Amino acid sequence: MQGEVSAVAADYVRVDSLEAAIAALAKGPRTILAGGTDVFPRLQDRPLTGAILDISGIAALGTIAFDGDYWRIGAAASWRTLIDADVPPAFNGLKAAAREVGSVQIQNRATIIGNLCNASPAADGVPPLLTLDAEVEIASAAGLRYLPLSAFILGNRKTALGDGEMVSALRIPAASTAGQSGFLKLGARSYLVISISMAALRLAVDEAGIIRDVALSIGACSEVAKRLDQLEDALRDTTLATASSRVTPDLFAGLSPIDDVRATAAYRLQASCEITRRLFYEQQLNFAKGVAA
Amino acid sequence: MTCFTLNGKPVTSQLPASTRLSDVLRTEMGLPGTKIGCNAGDCGACSVLLDGAPICSCLTAIAQVEGAAVTSIEGLHADGTIAKLQDSFLAHGAAQCGICTPGMMVAASALLAENPAPNRHDVEDALGGVLCRCTGYSKIIDAVLAVGGDAKISPRPQAGQNVGSPIRHLDGQPKVDGSLIYGDDAVPQDALLVRVIRSPHHYSSFKIGDKAGFLASHPGILAVLDASDIPGRNCFGVIPPFADQPVFAETTALYRGDAVAAIVGDADVITHFDEADFPITWIPHETMLTPASAMADGARKMHANRDGNILVRGYVETGDADQALAAAAHKVEIHTTTPFIEHAYIEPEAGYATREGNRIVIHGCTQAAQMDRESLAEILGMELDAIRVVPSACGGGFGSKLDVSFQPYVALAAWVLGRPARICYSRGESMRASTKRHPSDIWLTVGCDETGRISGFVFDGIFNTGAYASWGPTVANRVPIHASGPYVTKDYRANSVAVHTNAPPAGAFRGFGVPQSAVAQECAFDLLAEKLGMDRLAFRRLNALKNGVPTVTGQVFNSGVGIDDCFAALEDSWHTAVASAASFNQTAISDDSPWRRGVGIASCWYGCGNTSLPNPSTMRMGITADGKIVLHQGAMDIGQGANTVITQIAADALGVPVHDVHILGGDTDLTPDCGKTSASRQTFVSGKAAMLSGMALRDMVLRHGNVDANAKIALDGAVLTLADAGGGTLRIELADMPVNDHGYVFMAEETYDPPTSPLDEKGQGVPYAVFGYGAQIVELSVDAALGRVRVDKITTAHDVGRAINPLLVEGQIEGGVVQGIGMALMEDYQPGRTENLHDYLIPTIGDVPQFDHVIVEVADEEGPYGAKGLGEHVLIPTAPAILNAIRHATGAAIYDLPATPDKVCAAIAAAQAAQGRP
Repeated sequence: MQGEVSAVAADYVRVDSLEAAIAALAKGPRTILAGGTDVFPRLQDRPLTGAILDISGIAALGTIAFDGDYWRIGAAASWRTLIDADVPPAFNGLKAAAREVGSVQIQNRATIIGNLCNASPAADGVPPLLTLDAEVEIASAAGLRYLPLSAFILGNRKTALGDGEMVSALRIPAASTAGQSGFLKLGARSYLVISISMAALRLAVDEAGIIRDVALSIGACSEVAKRLDQLEDALRDTTLATASSRVTPDLFAGLSPIDDVRATAAYRLQASCEITRRLFYEQQLNFAKGVAA
Repeated sequence: MTCFTLNGKPVTSQLPASTRLSDVLRTEMGLPGTKIGCNAGDCGACSVLLDGAPICSCLTAIAQVEGAAVTSIEGLHADGTIAKLQDSFLAHGAAQCGICTPGMMVAASALLAENPAPNRHDVEDALGGVLCRCTGYSKIIDAVLAVGGDAKISPRPQAGQNVGSPIRHLDGQPKVDGSLIYGDDAVPQDALLVRVIRSPHHYSSFKIGDKAGFLASHPGILAVLDASDIPGRNCFGVIPPFADQPVFAETTALYRGDAVAAIVGDADVITHFDEADFPITWIPHETMLTPASAMADGARKMHANRDGNILVRGYVETGDADQALAAAAHKVEIHTTTPFIEHAYIEPEAGYATREGNRIVIHGCTQAAQMDRESLAEILGMELDAIRVVPSACGGGFGSKLDVSFQPYVALAAWVLGRPARICYSRGESMRASTKRHPSDIWLTVGCDETGRISGFVFDGIFNTGAYASWGPTVANRVPIHASGPYVTKDYRANSVAVHTNAPPAGAFRGFGVPQSAVAQECAFDLLAEKLGMDRLAFRRLNALKNGVPTVTGQVFNSGVGIDDCFAALEDSWHTAVASAASFNQTAISDDSPWRRGVGIASCWYGCGNTSLPNPSTMRMGITADGKIVLHQGAMDIGQGANTVITQIAADALGVPVHDVHILGGDTDLTPDCGKTSASRQTFVSGKAAMLSGMALRDMVLRHGNVDANAKIALDGAVLTLADAGGGTLRIELADMPVNDHGYVFMAEETYDPPTSPLDEKGQGVPYAVFGYGAQIVELSVDAALGRVRVDKITTAHDVGRAINPLLVEGQIEGGVVQGIGMALMEDYQPGRTENLHDYLIPTIGDVPQFDHVIVEVADEEGPYGAKGLGEHVLIPTAPAILNAIRHATGAAIYDLPATPDKVCAAIAAAQAAQGRP
């Protein structure tokens, strides 16, 4: 807060291409800076020092586009870019999450991929991206490798990124962009709030109203947000019309919430079940409306 | 080197690429309108536009804006939409302290550029990233919504019509254009930077190592200051007999955040200094964070003269409470708890000091310039005259900036090193080190007879007063006087105790303990009304205090007791709200909706000024030879509007239009002592002094002209005209008159000290000359499945005696109410855990209700033009009214604050279990 300015220059590298970024990383570890919304707060009031790699100027990584097989979200694409992007309805949950990230100021700068790399248990982007079967593209001097998102985030503030590596993009298979989606975040106030729990749902329903594809994940209730396989299995190939009433607490057994300043663990479980029910209910209403129309 | 466009002009920054954009703007570019409140993206005060889109400049490295266009508050050109926006902010009173205003203006400008006719929801979305702690947001929303419509016209009242006029803040313009100077906005270029070394442990002994060796190995650090460097007394405190807080702890740090030393040096070196390099050894002790642990047998004594770690006890007794309870037809017992609450002003503690010969001059934010001066004189071992305090604008205070904070450190550094020295607390430092609202543990038993009249009231409150005394004695004394609420309570016993712990010092925060005790009393009243089967408002009206009836301290007011007037003003709204909730809930049940509506009511009373102690204010008013009317206005305006309200009073007393009066601020060399901005005393006490001084000045002028008492005073340049009722006009050439030492041809200086008397051993006496009263209705919705509470509407009725400025009255009410919403639903400061503004939650613009206000005016005999204080009253009823409304909606009884979603859910389940429902 001291409004100080530094004569001690950080080793700050700003690049305009992925190649240059990888080359810089190959020479030694660097803090990757994109939107800055996690890097700066972590410093508290200390100046930003050390070796920095600023990737926010890589125009090629600032976009969200479909390449025929995958939707690609570049490492420098902000939540705002996503909100404004023309993407299928399966992204509506992710867009809803985007609008709940911090504030407009944060959404304008924070990147989707930064949210994953920060690896907070309460990262808003993770649950909806899990329902989209997102894969993380990791670049290094050795080339590209891909990991499912669930294998990328290993724990609280822990990812699978190795030395000399950075995330260059996310890719979402076209097959996983079928259907509709939704997202609900529960916090103790409006705006600028860290989740107590959140749920993301993606559903593909056939004409008869049978759920053919279902992806449901919960955030802030385990060290890393999780898909709930048991719940998905219980609801797949069943009728959407009564789905919300079949969302029962036993299907959330895979979660491991904690007690903290935001809520008790017991509440988190109960609330996760409730918001999941509401997501299904919302899809029931949408489907009924669609049929009626 | 970074090239970008700033406010339309190409600029180049020479600062390192990693420097925060906010720092570049404030220092290198000389544009301090962009504020820094948290350096974490939590408060939005630093918002600027980057290529037209709002961002947090504290989260952006300067290299990242290469080639881009940055617009700060200074670049929002005051024409077209921006001029309307500024005017609308002023006309609606949307800027109080003004520290969040640049961020609000920037965010609003981006919205209006995209959407010239936004709705309320659009405004909330666009401004949701900027925190405001003063206004309660509602007037900000109104101001932005009004930009598209006809401008709201502010009155410019004539002489004699200033009091009662809803004029805009007289000092508002620099707030909306970002030019107002706060504590860290105008520091000398060559100032050294001070950093305080604070304990990372809750309770720890320590030993500072080799200072000389440290200095030798750290070029750029010029001094290490510790207790051995204090020339005077290493102790301060707002209540001298209890003063106990060292500038630097000597051997033991009593809380996490306690200062042990300071380093002073070149700004860049100090900024980059890693505190792990400071030579100090810590020996932590077993921690006592709760009164229970601090009062336990064998607990370590924190202050030598305070057995059992007890700071002070308070006591008030009248009648025979036990006998009355035994005879009561109905009786309820209640136990309530509230946590530490952080003031969360957006401006952290900041300022600088210069040494001028043998004087020290301190600039910075404060609520109590004269008290700072007295403390500094003791600490530095100097005469009072050798200390000058020049208050900057104050970006929020709410009680915490009454205590000295940064002042001793910069003063000592400037004194020792002979160079200007400055400091600006980080958000974390501000939260760790500053005072808090006292956590409370309250047990209350209250009874009533079969008709509903209160019969017996026994109150026991334990207050966690933290490591040092601060305002703990005030809380302990005030609570037993106020715990009855504004109700007739003949048989009453109230005990309070303030207990030291290893927590931050608990001090003054809007209400001094009364908001905590009101939670117990007002929630208990709902339980009693329910036992009686009586309407909750009717129960309160039956028991409401009246003129001529003694309070619990035996004080009798023959006029001015306005509580029942407040209740009466709410009758219609109450019955409408209750009926509307019932009908909503009927539909909700049949629709199987989880939403339930509830209505709650609670009241307040609050004594204005110090409790049974002198607290005078002195106002000086003069007319210069060139015809300027000057008011030396030393009542610190921390956003609440003292500069405006007190000037309105003074102007009417003198008989001139308020806009003709020039205000001189609280510089202690220029302005007499108006006491501290606390205890809701400034409108009442300083306002009364202003009225007396205005009247005295008028008297002097009229006597000089030998005209009748009703003569009209007018100034036309250096000519003062007196027109009497008979049509005669007298012209006085001011330039021909002798000028006094203060530079005035006419001058008056008057002091007012409210009449009070000491309380006896049973707490009987006259603690305050004036009480203010109020009541609030809360209408809210509870999502019963998730425990989320949405406050829909709050209807207030506050008896202010006389609304000197109705616009500012509403501003005070809304700001206090929203702090009350925070207290009820989300605020919980935990030392070591919630020391930032994302773990410590305060309400955002999305958490505020619709408001409806009834301003009640039951004139007070003492107050200026009948006015009573208001600032603290407004926060008191909100939390209990919310809890009462949650219980009305769902049956959930929550007496352990805050009512977070998990607690609400658990309480709903408990209520359903008690009723045998699943």
